[in-house]
Amino acid sequence: MDWVLDNLDLIGELTLIHLRQSILAIVIGFVLSVPLGWVAFRFRLLRSGIITVVGLLYTIPSLALLMILPTIFGYSAISEINLIVALTIYALAIMVRSVSDGLQSVDSGVRQASTAVGFGGARRFWAVEFPLAGPVILAGLRVTAVSTISLATVGILIGVTNLGYLFTNGLQRRIIPEVLAGVVAVVVIALLIDYLLVLTGRALMPWSRQPSRRERRRARRVLAGAEAPA
Amino acid sequence: MNLIINAFVWLANPERWSGPTGIPVALAQHLGFTFLSVLIAAVVAVPVGWAIGHTGRGRELAVAVSGAARAIPSFGLLVLLVLLLGVLQTGLAAVVTFVLLGIPSILAGAYTGFEAVDRRIIDAGRAMGMTEWQILWRIEVPLGLPLLVSGLRAATLQIVATVTIAAYVGLGGLGQYIIQGINLNRFDQVLAGAILVAALALLLDAVFAVLERLVVPRGVRAGRVSSSGPTGRRSHAAAAPASS
Amino acid sequence: MFTASKRFAFGAALATSAALVLAACGSSDPLAEDPADGGTAEGGDTIVVGSQAYYSNEIIAEIYAQALEGAGFDVERQFNIGQRDAYMPEIESGNITVFPEYSGNLLQYFDPETEARTADDVYAALEEALPENLAVLDQAEASDQDSYTVTAEFAEENGLTSIGDLAGVSDALTLGGPPELAERPYGPDGLAETYGVEVTFSPTGDTTVESLVAGQVDVANVFTADPRIQTQDLVVLEDPEGLFLASNVVPVVSADVADEIAETIDAVSAALTADALVALNVQSTEDQMSPEDIATQFLSENGLA
Repeated sequence: MDWVLDNLDLIGELTLIHLRQSILAIVIGFVLSVPLGWVAFRFRLLRSGIITVVGLLYTIPSLALLMILPTIFGYSAISEINLIVALTIYALAIMVRSVSDGLQSVDSGVRQASTAVGFGGARRFWAVEFPLAGPVILAGLRVTAVSTISLATVGILIGVTNLGYLFTNGLQRRIIPEVLAGVVAVVVIALLIDYLLVLTGRALMPWSRQPSRRERRRARRVLAGAEAPA
Repeated sequence: MNLIINAFVWLANPERWSGPTGIPVALAQHLGFTFLSVLIAAVVAVPVGWAIGHTGRGRELAVAVSGAARAIPSFGLLVLLVLLLGVLQTGLAAVVTFVLLGIPSILAGAYTGFEAVDRRIIDAGRAMGMTEWQILWRIEVPLGLPLLVSGLRAATLQIVATVTIAAYVGLGGLGQYIIQGINLNRFDQVLAGAILVAALALLLDAVFAVLERLVVPRGVRAGRVSSSGPTGRRSHAAAAPASS
Repeated sequence: MFTASKRFAFGAALATSAALVLAACGSSDPLAEDPADGGTAEGGDTIVVGSQAYYSNEIIAEIYAQALEGAGFDVERQFNIGQRDAYMPEIESGNITVFPEYSGNLLQYFDPETEARTADDVYAALEEALPENLAVLDQAEASDQDSYTVTAEFAEENGLTSIGDLAGVSDALTLGGPPELAERPYGPDGLAETYGVEVTFSPTGDTTVESLVAGQVDVANVFTADPRIQTQDLVVLEDPEGLFLASNVVPVVSADVADEIAETIDAVSAALTADALVALNVQSTEDQMSPEDIATQFLSENGLA
């Protein structure tokens, strides 16, 4: 493990680079997936079309997509933008489906009730449907985040530096701690972002939280009459 | 459009279809790794998933472990295992990597399949005097099959896409065209390789889609009114962990 | 429901993520150091130093970069770009200004039919073959070229000293090397043409030396500056027919910057002997030193800091 201690600054800088690339892709993918997912949900005819196209994108192997995108968009293959665009596309592939499924999972009774109460289209979407679709969307977002962070490492094979550098460089120099450090770093930041998302979900959607064991026990006692409700 | 034409020209070249680096051999290698890995992952994940779904315990642990497994970068793990196990075990290193990749989806498919079974059916089974084993095999497994198959489908697609990386450590497969094409800066070759992998993935996806329909028990199919029931909607549940 | 503790937790989570993103946005290429003394660059333009995705090449590039910084230039690093076919367009377009290259391989890239074989012939031919906007500075004595190498036992068993002897081996031969070797002029096709040796090619990539030692391949394309040739007891087969061109380390630069940086880089090339290059590689693989440390040490040892 001496290697790791001696090269903490390299690992740290690569981690920040990696985070920047991944978070950009996740955020942009999420933002773009909301309108696309809504269209897929709202217009049943377009739904299968959108889902199919998006699914098709997901089957393209990452290395190939990274090589094809520059010829379509004209930027340099070895630029970060290339990697971020590719990661965004993969994020979209997962998120559009999640948003669409999430909106679908909202009880139609609730939707009708909100219309009856007077919520117009946009307000109903942002105040009722989208929040209620939240748990499903968040689940998709968590998977997206973790896979994006993990997938970004292949960027090194086309010359975009991030934590993937530790894999190729470690392989060439036969330094096992270097490769291990790379794997561990990716796992750690993926799980960290995942946890942050969970916390954000709990804070933003307090109704979706499952009660803890303590709370459940207490609820049972209250119901049994053994305890006064709080 | 020009690029795609070039890619098909590359594919049409008869030289590509013969010899040890030809497409049939690469395809066989690719499929071989995929099926072997999915099989082993299933052997590991399905019993565990069924146990979790049947007893209702250990779900949080499964979700956590799946999340961690999904966070492992396949490329990095492959390189690490090749270094640790040595070049003679490159195949083993690759299979371990792909198995780890496939387990989360199959595990989720297994236990969500059981969780989707209406509790009243299980109660009815208990009321009829069925033992736990009978409930498992006669009720939960058949009813849970569609979601299990959808989990297998997700795992297979992920593995097929990732087997392309195996070429980096010399294991062949359809990825070799992509990796060699990148090194030689030949877009037609890279695109041709991509088309091959994508075509393979779509084919397997279609096979699984049919399989998903077929495994729905006859009785359930007969009784189903709308086609967009809970199972249809949740076919991606296997790919996404439920929020905790 | 939004209790104080939950709000705090959420706020902390948000603040942490914001801090991370901002910090990441601020950082750039990790292999870039801050300009040493903030000295003014001669000519005012930033010199962009590139390197292949090959640890040995990265060390040489880092040496160039530090030498240039020491001479007062603004240097940006763009390392680990990949194979020649991937980065050459970047050098030609001027996105990258200096790149450590290997004379023979570079010559074959521009002129696949070249007849030049010795180091001096190759260098002369290279100067002619380069496009207008590129130039090469002095070449170093150090070379890191492709070779066909076998294990010592295999060489003894079959009495091999030169590549041509492989034709006498009765069993079928497998050749290991990077995946693009199949298409290179000195690859399996060149082997058959020049020496009449038939091989099946197995793309072993970065695990080539291991595969050779483990016996998975009989002969492998190993770079001559690889320290493992000595440590693993490998034998480099002789090449009397000149299948491989001599391939010395040579800096390829944008033509308009060539004069400015020639002095600094030529001094580095003069100090880069064959033994020095192998020693650098040893420091990276055996001693596991970082490219920055290796470069700094090399420059100070040679009085070029």
